Amino acid sequence: MASASSSARRKSLSNRIDSTKEVHIRLKLLTKTNVHCVVSALPYAQISQSLLQKQKVKQMKDKNRAVLTGTHFMSGDIACAEGAVAAGCRFFGGYPITPATEISERMSRRLVEVKGVYIQMEDEIGSIASVIGASYAGKKAMTATSGPGFSLMQENIGLAVMTEAPLVIVNIMRGGPSTGQPTMPSQQDIMQAKWGSHGDYEIIALTPSSVQEMFNLTIECFNLAEVYRVPTMLLADEIIGHMWERVKIPSPEDIITIDRKKPHVAPGEYKPFKPDKNLVPPMACFGEGYRFHATGLTHDENGLPSTVSIKVQTELVQRLCEKIRRNAADITRVEKTMIDDAEVVVIAYGITSRAALSAIRKARKSGLKAGLLRLITVWPFPEKLVASIARKVKAIIVPEMNYGQLVREVERVAKVTPVTLLSKLGEEPHRPMEIVEAIRKALK
Amino acid sequence: MSNQNLIDQHALSKYLRTERMPHIWCEGCGNGILLNCFLSALDELKIDLDKVVVVSGIGCIGRVAGYVKTDSIHTTHGRAIAFATGVKLANPDLKVVVISGDGDLFAIGGNHFIHAARRNVDIKVICANNFNYGMTGGQYSPTTPLEAWTTTTPYGNIERPFNLVHLATAAGAVYVARWTTLHVRRLKASIEKALQKEGFSFIEAVSPCPEIFDRYNKLGSAVDVMKWFKLISQIRSGTDPSQAEITKNQIAVGEFVDVEKPSYGRLLREMTDRVQEKLKDDSGR
Repeated sequence: MASASSSARRKSLSNRIDSTKEVHIRLKLLTKTNVHCVVSALPYAQISQSLLQKQKVKQMKDKNRAVLTGTHFMSGDIACAEGAVAAGCRFFGGYPITPATEISERMSRRLVEVKGVYIQMEDEIGSIASVIGASYAGKKAMTATSGPGFSLMQENIGLAVMTEAPLVIVNIMRGGPSTGQPTMPSQQDIMQAKWGSHGDYEIIALTPSSVQEMFNLTIECFNLAEVYRVPTMLLADEIIGHMWERVKIPSPEDIITIDRKKPHVAPGEYKPFKPDKNLVPPMACFGEGYRFHATGLTHDENGLPSTVSIKVQTELVQRLCEKIRRNAADITRVEKTMIDDAEVVVIAYGITSRAALSAIRKARKSGLKAGLLRLITVWPFPEKLVASIARKVKAIIVPEMNYGQLVREVERVAKVTPVTLLSKLGEEPHRPMEIVEAIRKALK
Repeated sequence: MSNQNLIDQHALSKYLRTERMPHIWCEGCGNGILLNCFLSALDELKIDLDKVVVVSGIGCIGRVAGYVKTDSIHTTHGRAIAFATGVKLANPDLKVVVISGDGDLFAIGGNHFIHAARRNVDIKVICANNFNYGMTGGQYSPTTPLEAWTTTTPYGNIERPFNLVHLATAAGAVYVARWTTLHVRRLKASIEKALQKEGFSFIEAVSPCPEIFDRYNKLGSAVDVMKWFKLISQIRSGTDPSQAEITKNQIAVGEFVDVEKPSYGRLLREMTDRVQEKLKDDSGR
C-alpha cells in the first residue's frame, strides 16, 4: 500500500488542508497549562502569534536540530517520529514490528542527534515498561507498535493508567486477529485501545488521516498525555503509516509543547496522587527530592497501597475515569464538513474519512444532502456531539476497516436514528462510490 | 513503649516509610533481614537518598518498594527490570535498584533479566530467593529444588531449578554474589559493592519462607532453617558458577563474578558524544 500517493489522493489531501479551517480546536486547553512555546501546523497558526510574544524560545540550537522546519515528502511513520522529536520526546523504547518499524528506525537515528535515548527492548512488554520508567524519570517517552505488540502491552497500559504516567503509544494498525495480515491496513484495534487492559479506565486516542496529521497529532498526543497524565494513543491504519505525502514542518517557535504540571508544595507536603481541580495530580519525577511511591495497587493520595478499602478503590477508579470524561470537551477534536443541513451524516476516521469526504462531495453534486463528521479523537468518544447530530439527521453511515467497532459507540448514542455499518476487511480501503451508494440508499 | 515509638527509634527508621509498619511479611521471613542489609548499605555509603530509586515487581518482597523512603515504584509482575532500564537510561544520575523475588525475576521476568544483564545496564538486582511463590500460597517457582513439595507439585517437583549465579554470569553480569540471609554482614558488603560498581550487578539472597515453603517441606522453624543454612553453606568465592548449584546438602555462597565492562549507559553517552561532534563538524562546514 506504500504506493497510495495517486493523484486522486493528492487532490483529496489539498481539499483536506483547506477544510482544516473548520477544525474545532479547544483553545481552553492551552491557557490552562504550562505552554512553553508554540505550535504545530495550520490549525494552530493563529494561536502561535500571540503566545509567541509571551514565551522566549530557549536553546534554539537544540530545537533547530529537533525540528526539521521546511516542506518534506515523507511517510506517515517518519512524520510520526519527526512529530515526536519536535514534541520533545527524548526516550523511545520499542520492538520491531510491521508496519511500525520505520518509526523505530527513524527514532534510533534522530534521538541520538538530539541527545535522547533510543533502546530496542527484548519485547513489547519491556518496551512499554521502559517507557513508563523513563516517563517517571522525567523524560517525554514513546513506543510504537502494531497489533501483536499492542496486545502484549495491555497489562502495562493498565500500570500506566494506574500510576498516571504521561506517555505516547503509537499503533499502526494491521490486519488481525493474531499475526493476521502484517502488511495490510485495518482499523481493528479501536476497541482494544479503549478496553484492552483489565479494570475500568479511560485513555485518549487520536486517529490521523494524513501524513501531515501523523506529525501534528503525534505532538498533540504528547501534549494531551502531559496535561492529563494518561497514556495517549495515536491509532493510525497501515495506509497512513506507509503512505508518502507532503508534510510542512513549522519552525520550532511555532510548535506548542506542553509539560506536565509540577508540584507546587515542598517535598514533605507532597501527596503524589492528590489531584488538582481538573482531577489531575501534579507530577514530581524520580530524583527531584520528593521521594514518593507509585504502585499498580489501588492507592490513596499519598500513593500508598490500600488493597481492601471500598472508599479508596471507588475514589481512585472514579477519578481515573472522570479526569478524562469531565475534560472531554477540551480533549475532543473533530472536523465537520457540510453537517448543518445534512440529512445523512457519515462518521469516519483515519484513511476511511478521506474516501468519505470525497463521497459526500459526490453525493452533494447529485443533490443528496450528506455531511461528514471526521473523528480526530476516537477516545474519549464524542458522544454528546454524535447524539446531537443523530437527533437532526435521517441516517448515519459508519465506514470502518473492521467488522464493526466504533459503530457500536455510534449506535449506543444515536438511539432511534438508523446507523449503517460499511465494513471493509483487507487491503482495500472504502471507495467513495460505495459510501455514496449507502447515502443514496439511506435517503430512499 | 508503643509500637510507633519502637518503630521511630529504630536505627534505620529514617530510611523507612514508618507509617507503613508493621510490614506484611511473616514472622521469620528473610525479607526483613534483606531489607535491613540494603538500608544498612545505604547508610554505610551515605548515598544521597534523593538519587536512589527502588523498583520492585510482584510478590511478598515486591512490597519492599513501598517501605523504603526513596523514590520507588511497585510495577507489574516480572517487569521491574524493564522499568528500571527506562528509569536509569532516562536519568543516569540515579542509582536504580531492583529488589524482587525468584518467581518474579526468573519466571515471568526471565527475559528482561537476561537482556538487561547482556546489555550491562547499570542497575542492581537483588533477588530474595525463597524457592517458591509465597504470596499466592506456595506454588513451585524456577528455583524450587527437585522433589520439593509445593501446592502445585503435590507429587514432588520434577522441574530442574535454575542456578541463578550461573544464569547471571552467562548473561553477562559484571558482579554476581550469593549469600543466605544468615550471612548478614557479607550480604550487606556485597550490596555496598554492587551499589558502587558500574554495570549490571546481581545478588541472590537465599531466604527462609517459614510459613509456606519451609513448613510444607518440614524444614522446621525459621531458626531451624537458619541453622540449616549455617550447616550447609560453603563459601566458594571465585569458583566456577556452573558448579554453584544449590542442593539439599550444599549452598555455595560467595562472590562469583567481579569484572569491569563499560555499561550500556556509558556506551550510549560515548556514541551520543561522537554523533554530536560529527553534527558540529558538519554544520561548521
